[in-house]
Amino acid sequence: MIEVNGLRKRFGPQLALDGMTFKVEPGKVTGFVGPNGAGKSTTMRVVLGLDAADEGTTLVDGQRYRQLRQPLCVLGSLLDASALQPSRTARDHLLWMAHSQGLTGKRVDAVLGQTGLTGVAKRRAGGFSLGMRQRLGIASALLGDPRAVMLDEPFNGMDPEGIVWVRGLLRSLAADGRAVLVSSHLMSELEDVADHVIIVGRGKVIADTSVKDLLTSASGGRVNVRSQDVAAALAALPEGEPTGPSTLTVTGMTAEAVVARLNGHGVPFSEVSAHRASLEDAYMDLTREAVEYRGVSS
Amino acid sequence: MMRQLRAEWTKFRTVRGWVTGMALAGGFIIAFGLFPGMQGTCTDNKCKLPTGPQGHLVTDRFEFAGQTLDGDGSLTVNVTSMTGELPPGPNAEQPRQGLTPWAKAGLIIKDGTKAGSPYAAIMLTGSHGVRLQHNYLYDQAGAGAASWLRLTRAGDAITGEQSADGTHWTKVGTVVLKGLPTKVQAGLFATSPQHSEASALLSSSGPSSVTATFRQVSQQGSWSGQLEETELTGSGDIGPLVSGSSGLGVSVTQALAGTFLGLVFAIVIGTTYVTSEYRRGLMRTTFSATPRRGRVLAAKAIVAGGATFVTGLVAATVAVVFGQKMLRDNGVFVHPVTTATEVRVIVGTAALLALCTVFGVAIGVLLRRSALAVTIGVTGIVLPYILAMSVLPDGAGRWLLSISPAAAFAIQQSAVEYAHVANNYIPTEGFFPLSPWLGFAVLAAWTAVAVGLAAVVISRRDA
Repeated sequence: MIEVNGLRKRFGPQLALDGMTFKVEPGKVTGFVGPNGAGKSTTMRVVLGLDAADEGTTLVDGQRYRQLRQPLCVLGSLLDASALQPSRTARDHLLWMAHSQGLTGKRVDAVLGQTGLTGVAKRRAGGFSLGMRQRLGIASALLGDPRAVMLDEPFNGMDPEGIVWVRGLLRSLAADGRAVLVSSHLMSELEDVADHVIIVGRGKVIADTSVKDLLTSASGGRVNVRSQDVAAALAALPEGEPTGPSTLTVTGMTAEAVVARLNGHGVPFSEVSAHRASLEDAYMDLTREAVEYRGVSS
Repeated sequence: MMRQLRAEWTKFRTVRGWVTGMALAGGFIIAFGLFPGMQGTCTDNKCKLPTGPQGHLVTDRFEFAGQTLDGDGSLTVNVTSMTGELPPGPNAEQPRQGLTPWAKAGLIIKDGTKAGSPYAAIMLTGSHGVRLQHNYLYDQAGAGAASWLRLTRAGDAITGEQSADGTHWTKVGTVVLKGLPTKVQAGLFATSPQHSEASALLSSSGPSSVTATFRQVSQQGSWSGQLEETELTGSGDIGPLVSGSSGLGVSVTQALAGTFLGLVFAIVIGTTYVTSEYRRGLMRTTFSATPRRGRVLAAKAIVAGGATFVTGLVAATVAVVFGQKMLRDNGVFVHPVTTATEVRVIVGTAALLALCTVFGVAIGVLLRRSALAVTIGVTGIVLPYILAMSVLPDGAGRWLLSISPAAAFAIQQSAVEYAHVANNYIPTEGFFPLSPWLGFAVLAAWTAVAVGLAAVVISRRDA
């Protein structure tokens, strides 16, 4: 479990964190979403004790990160996949991290296998593509078999196959009961992965909600109707609003109720479907303010 | 802490550049030691020198007019004149009239005429007044001007006295020559050492001579014969052998002439070992693995410093042991030193390299930028040494080698400096302004300050 309480941090004139507060629960994949500059990476650096916050605290498994004796065995993290010594091999990179936690080469070989890097373990990390670096970064996050995992933009530079792999990995980590925090500036990357999302903007949390609730609220109980006779359909459904030459949307009714009403009035229709909002839609709604702010400042 | 050390060692050994750099550092030290490019004429024992009572190599060459003294007795003389000839100076071609400061003329009591045997002597000198010297290493000054000298033997004790008029005598001192036989050689002597002059960039040296006139010789005790009034002209010295331009040959330090190049590598390795992590953001990974940053700094310093220490130890041992042999095979006279000195020079060289690496680590943390950190490290440590060894006038060179981190090169000094032996005691001849450990302490202090600052900065700064 990762707890972030009231973080404030100022970089010169700019307020990077403005009361950032949230919890990352075990057994779930929590998406950490917000536009660039919203404070995601800064928050993660503060959690890792790399940056000092002006105010507020962070706890990992109830302890401050700086007090952990084997931190990589409590919280595995990936901040920057390119943070590598180019002339060091992938295996040696993981090996020094293992040694720093009192772990052995066995654990290194295990995570190399888990991330599909066994074949390139003896190659210099400097020659790796961004996708391979992401895998190596994820391997280093998993090295200590930690109870919590925190990944900053792990999908960056990954090919579709890699993205599918990361999604599967994140789900299995959560299924093992780990707390998983994954940041992204693209909500779509977290579709089908995140159980919970924390949406941030301007250094604070805008929404902290389960994905299910977010989708329901974004869908707003709307039903789409497609019919040859829109006028008749509207007559049968005075709540509806036309959305095209042969479509309309009804708010506040279930799809079943809409079908019953249309049948009762003998209105022909070719489709009645409950509207499913994408996470992207919900996210755009929620972050509009932050995006506008960004537009003004840049 | 063991985990951090192990992790840092894994980091260090897995970057080829650092391992190669380390090998090159050692390689250059060895190469300079084994291929000295120095030639001499001391082949086949041609430079075999006498050994004094304390086991030091000595010079024992003087003009002597003496008799055997049996048992206790004394000898008094009036040295009425001392004149001499000096070699041509740096800008002259003809020998000049004059006395070199340590030209000597006076009385001597000696255990036989064998070179290197125990002695005591009282003398007038070119410009150091009256001196009472014995057994090569020991020297004490008289007080005021005098032309009358007296040497008295009572058992093992020999007393020197001086007088301006032959009537009023002042005791200069009494020295004890343990186990002095009953019969000794005693008489008048004159000798004048190698004369050297150093101007800003030129130094010259050459043999000098002294001519002394001895009058009113009087002997007390049982002598084998009468000593006549006479005039003696001598050239040579009675004293410990020194290395350098006024002495003979070189010191062991010569075999470690490549140290400065090794240092450049040590500093580059020390700084880039840290700055490369900052440059790539890897320091964040390091700190997330070890949130106690002081430990990270300590582990880095120990690992990089330790690696250079071991490399330096191997390289310096090879250079000193085999380099000396190469120099001797080339006919260069290398002053023998005690094992303790040799060990100090070798271990000191390794420690010098190690401290410079640690200094580099600290500067790397403070500056975080490779080019800047390397420049400052090299400028702070190696440059003062190179300047002092090449273009700087003696005074400025000595000053730089007293206060800059390069003062630690003194740890390599094996040549011994004697106040009563004239010589160019300058860094280029292997004589450093500070004593070995004091010089080393200067570097240690610089390093301690740098590491202290780095420790404060590394824990306070956002990574």
